[in-house]
Amino acid sequence: MSSHVSSIREPLVFGNKSYHNITEDLVGPTEKTPGKLWLAMFILAIAVLSMGVYAVTYTVYYGIGAWNLNRTIGWGWDITNFVWWIGIGHAGTLISAILLLFRQRWRTGVNRAAEAMTIFAVMCAAMFPLIHVGRAWDVFFFFPYPNTRGPLWPNFVSPLLWDVFAISTYFTISVLFWYTGLVPDFATIRDRATGLRKKIYSALSFGWKGSAKNWQRFESVSLVLAGLATPLVLSVHTIVSFDFATSVIPGWHTTIFPPYFVAGAVFSGFAMVLTLMLITRKILHLEDYITVNHIESMNKVILVTGSIVGVAYITELAIAWYSGYVYEQFAFLNRAKGIYWWSYFGMMFNNVVIPQFFWSKKIRTNVTWTFFLSILINVGMWFERFVIISTSIARDYLPSSWSYYVPTGIEVMIYIGTFGLFFTLFLGFTRVAPVVAIAEVKSILKEYGDQYLDKTQENI
Amino acid sequence: MKTKKNILFGLYDDEQDLLKAVKVSNERGLKIMDVYSPFPIHGLDPLLGLKESRLHIAGFIFGTLGALTGFLFLSWIFKIDWPNVFGGKPYWPIPAFIPVTFELTVLFSGVGMVITYFIVNGLSMKPETEVLHDRISDDKFCLAFDVTGSASENANAFESLLNETGATYVETKEMSDL
Repeated sequence: MSSHVSSIREPLVFGNKSYHNITEDLVGPTEKTPGKLWLAMFILAIAVLSMGVYAVTYTVYYGIGAWNLNRTIGWGWDITNFVWWIGIGHAGTLISAILLLFRQRWRTGVNRAAEAMTIFAVMCAAMFPLIHVGRAWDVFFFFPYPNTRGPLWPNFVSPLLWDVFAISTYFTISVLFWYTGLVPDFATIRDRATGLRKKIYSALSFGWKGSAKNWQRFESVSLVLAGLATPLVLSVHTIVSFDFATSVIPGWHTTIFPPYFVAGAVFSGFAMVLTLMLITRKILHLEDYITVNHIESMNKVILVTGSIVGVAYITELAIAWYSGYVYEQFAFLNRAKGIYWWSYFGMMFNNVVIPQFFWSKKIRTNVTWTFFLSILINVGMWFERFVIISTSIARDYLPSSWSYYVPTGIEVMIYIGTFGLFFTLFLGFTRVAPVVAIAEVKSILKEYGDQYLDKTQENI
Repeated sequence: MKTKKNILFGLYDDEQDLLKAVKVSNERGLKIMDVYSPFPIHGLDPLLGLKESRLHIAGFIFGTLGALTGFLFLSWIFKIDWPNVFGGKPYWPIPAFIPVTFELTVLFSGVGMVITYFIVNGLSMKPETEVLHDRISDDKFCLAFDVTGSASENANAFESLLNETGATYVETKEMSDL
């Protein structure tokens, strides 16, 4: 079968791979005993996680007084970190679901790891609403169940409760989508394994045999899940933005927040996927599967969403001026020139200026540049949430209540501890499951393998 | 207690060879038991006469269930069980119900559909899985015929088909779980 392939199509699989090569390359890391590097990183991650566990336990035991939330500043690092982690999680669903609907084949190189990243990021994020309530042992009050307190229901018209439903649903659907895709890949590992590993992967692969009907249903369920996950991911960060937009605080009460937050989430999510994937592909020698073309495509998405975020910032400023509403105008002047001006500068520079570098093909195809810029973008997006939350409420209506918020050591330890949780889970994932979607990459080999496009790296 | 079956199967190195073999098999009127592959092969389903999957219908039904659950539950709470005024909003604030209703729609649809998918695909957590050949999930494409009992008369026809269309490996295996 010879179908006409566009001459500008870039390969997504390098190295003249056969289907068997793909299996070997991608299953290999799960079969080898972990090397010293993985072990060292894993021990470090566990150590950082332990520090986080200590800080969370301290908070739950001693109360929110262990943090510096006080006076007008009801939300500080806790909600900043929550929104930051949730935003990062959005890239996974976007890559899996939205790119599937858009038939972008390059998603197959990164979707498995991005989905895993989403799940772990949502786990890190979900911790914050649970512990920031003070009486963490009573958080089951959030869920509507028959009780002896009236029976008392949670406040269903509050975005804070919509968050509970949105994030629970998002986590569940992400896990289901990720696992459904993993089943055939676990079958591949199962058929190569022996002894106890074979039994474990047999259970994990649910007896997958790869019959034609199985695959047909697989593609059907993937497509519908993608169709469900797309409005879901848009709704989740919209609901998170409602936590602010439905309030009356100047700088928060604005209708631009839903699209601004969603674009910002995709922006920071892709930056985190890049940071993770650039390290992973180097260590696991997956440069033939997570190629420069994948990196370039992700950088293009970062450029677009970063520009949307930049336009949103400018819109906020323009509307604040146009509205003539002194409190809104003050909110933004304060951001730029007030006590937290340095975080505003960090936000503006990292989120508006840095992504513009990706207009240059040289930079967006350069691994080193991409790595550093992706980290800067994530830092910038953290500043954005900090600016929105802490700056606005440190300087709200009554000047006699104004104060300056600095996190306590416990709050910083909790945040760093979430990195420990994230990396412990991610490192575990790389050992146990294939980091790249094996079956999906095989299915695009004939269309995107370099030998089929006559674009092997020797003859480019 | 599943009955034991005799399966005559052939392995191909390339999915295009497998597609040709399926076409030849159809021309000769041979009944294919099943095709196994490491990834979905496009163009195969109509050749095997597979009807389209109806999982999306299950998704729709579960989703409707979720939407109704969310909306009716919230409506009952706000109109009958504990009507209350929140932020000056009316007793039945329908726009405020949208987020929860939408999330429950997606949740029920996704969970229901995936559970249905696992059930209809016959997937369950077992410590042992019988496969025809270990390379099927790696890089080989398998065309399988049922030669149990009376069907074994056709075994020669099946075998010659497999050999003529370029199968690189042919075997008959007894399976109890296929």
